[in-house]
Amino acid sequence: MLTFLLLSLVKVIVVTVVLLLAVAYTVLLERKLVARIQNRWGPSRVGPFGLLQPLVDGAKSFLKEDIIPAGVYKPLYILSPIIALSCALLSIAVVPFGPERQFRGVDLFQITDLNVGLLVILGVTSVGIYGIALSGWSSNDKYSLLGSLRASAQIVSYELALGLSLVGVVLRAGSLSLRDIVNSQSAHGLFSWNVFGGFQFFAFFIYLMAAFAETNRSPFDLPEAESELVGGYHTEYSSMKFAMFFMSEYANMITVSCVATLLFLGGWTSPFGNLLPSLGGSILASFVPFCWFVLKVLFFLCLYVWVRGTLPRFRYDQLMAFGWKFLVPLAIANIIGTSLWLALRTS
Amino acid sequence: MSGSYLTILLLLVCAVGFGVGPLVLAWIWAKAYSPEKPGPYKNATYECGLESKGVVWVQFKAEYYLYGIVFLIFDVEAIFLLPFAVAFTGLTAGACVAMLVFLFLLVEGLVWASRKGVLLST
Repeated sequence: MLTFLLLSLVKVIVVTVVLLLAVAYTVLLERKLVARIQNRWGPSRVGPFGLLQPLVDGAKSFLKEDIIPAGVYKPLYILSPIIALSCALLSIAVVPFGPERQFRGVDLFQITDLNVGLLVILGVTSVGIYGIALSGWSSNDKYSLLGSLRASAQIVSYELALGLSLVGVVLRAGSLSLRDIVNSQSAHGLFSWNVFGGFQFFAFFIYLMAAFAETNRSPFDLPEAESELVGGYHTEYSSMKFAMFFMSEYANMITVSCVATLLFLGGWTSPFGNLLPSLGGSILASFVPFCWFVLKVLFFLCLYVWVRGTLPRFRYDQLMAFGWKFLVPLAIANIIGTSLWLALRTS
Repeated sequence: MSGSYLTILLLLVCAVGFGVGPLVLAWIWAKAYSPEKPGPYKNATYECGLESKGVVWVQFKAEYYLYGIVFLIFDVEAIFLLPFAVAFTGLTAGACVAMLVFLFLLVEGLVWASRKGVLLST
């Protein structure tokens, strides 16, 4: 039991640190890619290709003066970035990074495999909204409040589309465990992935749109629309507290990309199925699926940045109408279609 | 499988630690090396340089409750649909039809709400 606890603790810390590093370098990736899209260089002074920029940014936000405005409600003002960041980090809990590989009873590529994995992710990300809602309310600033109200309404309405888009995938896999869902798409490489072979293309589209809105990313970044709301819900935050909101946004992006990979792009399975030669059972071979997983997540992150660099922002009423009148009905149609198709196939 | 939830608890502690830790460290650093210099302008609410007028904590339109109810219904629906999806292959045709009727009622509700203009309230 003690070894299990210690090994789990080490695993948990390693995953969290890697996630935070990934967050730092996602920021760099975004700045670099957006800069290239806008015909600039982006960060290039600190280290080769600006590779040390995230570390310097972190140090800077750590050392900056933490200004707490006079009018805020302090307990919630301090608590809300902690809620946001903790929930963002916690939602990685059930994401498997590779096929099961046990070491003394501890699974190396997943923090824990729950049979309700998908629900855990939905639940934890919903709690994360409290961070945003409370930050805007406790700041005592009209811009912050408007930003957080928008964020709450937006996340609430797109969560529906997100939840409904998952049903099609769960129908196919017959399980809520993310590992089972990946295993259900591993038969023939690319062609058994949910987005192609599973005919979940519409679900994938809905998930992608809802995920962009859930993470407050462009083109749905109304909560932090600079031209209207200054900084949105984190206008009044400075120094480390602002950095925590920033990190939680990117951590959420990474989690959402991981889930998209697992649900629709076959997780860690290779797109070529069994065509590639196997490396046997060596320790190296167990890292190949992990590399596929990272590549796919990277693809999603680049897609995020690409969309941000090219698409203008939605208007608020367009945003609500798109969610309720297009995505939700489409998701319901997808559920009905998928269940009919499955019923016909099994009967 | 109690171990799996134990690991989540560990991760929760770790995540909160990574949230609180830097905050506390930054606070200690600021106490030691950068004394506070508060001022009326510096600590004012930031509203683009204009003086902030009135309070923010006001009441919102009561009509917002309809939107809340619609959301609640659909969120619960999504939760109901997930077990249905998990058990789908083992269900009888009657159960599936019942589920489709359930979905139909909800779609009807959605149409009603959108006709009433509830969904676009801002």
